[in-house]
Amino acid sequence: MNWDRFFDIPSDLQHSWLGLVGLHLREALLPVLAGLLISLPLAQLCVRFRWLYPPVLWVTTVLYAIPSLAFFVLLIDYTGQTELTVMIPLTVYSLVVLVPAIVDGVRSVPQETLAAATAMGFGPVRRYVQVQLPIAVPAIVAGLRVATVSSISLVSVGALIGNQGALGNMINDANIYNRPELALNAVLSMAVLAILADALLVAVRVLLTPWMPRRSRPTTKADRPEPAAAALEDAAR
Amino acid sequence: MNLFHFISDFFNDSAHWQGYDGIPTRVGEHIQYTLQALGIAALIALPVGLVTGHYGRGGNALAFIAVAGRALPTFGLLVLMTLLVGFGMVNVMTPLVILAVPPILVTTYEAMRSVDPSPVDAARGMGMGELGVLFQVEVPAALPLILSGLRSAAIQIVSTATIAAYVALGGLGRYIVDGLYQRNYEKVVGGATLVAGLALVTLGVFWAAGRFAVSPGVRRRA
Repeated sequence: MNWDRFFDIPSDLQHSWLGLVGLHLREALLPVLAGLLISLPLAQLCVRFRWLYPPVLWVTTVLYAIPSLAFFVLLIDYTGQTELTVMIPLTVYSLVVLVPAIVDGVRSVPQETLAAATAMGFGPVRRYVQVQLPIAVPAIVAGLRVATVSSISLVSVGALIGNQGALGNMINDANIYNRPELALNAVLSMAVLAILADALLVAVRVLLTPWMPRRSRPTTKADRPEPAAAALEDAAR
Repeated sequence: MNLFHFISDFFNDSAHWQGYDGIPTRVGEHIQYTLQALGIAALIALPVGLVTGHYGRGGNALAFIAVAGRALPTFGLLVLMTLLVGFGMVNVMTPLVILAVPPILVTTYEAMRSVDPSPVDAARGMGMGELGVLFQVEVPAALPLILSGLRSAAIQIVSTATIAAYVALGGLGRYIVDGLYQRNYEKVVGGATLVAGLALVTLGVFWAAGRFAVSPGVRRRA
């Protein structure tokens, strides 16, 4: 281990350390954002039409079972060795976590609350945006946390399909040039990025839900995460 | 040539069905890695999850372990271990176990916490000991969720065991890694198809295990 060369990035990566961090964040976070934008209407459809939810869950679970490396190489034929090849599977994986999280969150809104909103003259759209979504924020953020953290560590697998792994490319170079400090740098950088992103999402949740208790963890049964959400607490692959 | 041509070419080539690089050998290796890693992870995570869930303490610590475990990139750990320790099974098993422990641990804890407290109290009231309460009341009721934690751990291991090939071990990742280096796209697609297939088989195995092991009364509510 040569600590002096901890930040000495080989030139074939064509980025500085900060450049790799930026690239990594873009490759990891854009898919989660895309996943959120797709899953919000999709989840709303699943809440509206109950029969739609089981098949959607089935399809996403099966897609989730496709390993990231396999997904990447299957896409090379269509999108080439580009960032898009890494970002499409990550979007799909985040859907798997986000759709159940949003559906459970929106469904957990008490019936009386909805009735009160309706009685105040809220239409379906306004009721969804101003009542159901804010109450579902904790569940949605819980889903986003899982999706974001696993997305950040999954990007590194992109290194295996030809230098599309941002910080993961450093791992590849560590192996090629036999420089373990580069691998350690990559692992630590990704872990720190993931933990920071996780903390940021918790902060966002606290800001968006001023009515929730700040310090103590929710203790009543109703406030605990739904079993289905807990079951989807998946790590990166 | 599209995907399906690659797939059919790969599986129709009889050379892919025999020898040390044949499909049966590679599938066998992959299953072996998966079972080993899942076994070790379950041996670590299940007792801890059951005990913490039974007493309802340590939830915050478990949540922290889960985030930390998820934040460590498996691929990076694998290469780092290899550079530090050298080639071998240990450096493949360590990242896979670290990957699989958090889902089993967190889901087991949550499963135990979500058991209806009234039958537990009833069992205590009838004079059942702590071990009896744990294994005869709580575990059967929590089994569907515990199985789902094991299932997501197993699927992740199946998917991730492909990276063993990157550090010169076997398994289905061999086809993907070798194929990419040899620019043999047919081999890459074949390997990817096999891994995806094995992941789906894993889903099926756990579905069957759930049908077999979970008591009908619990299943109806789940």
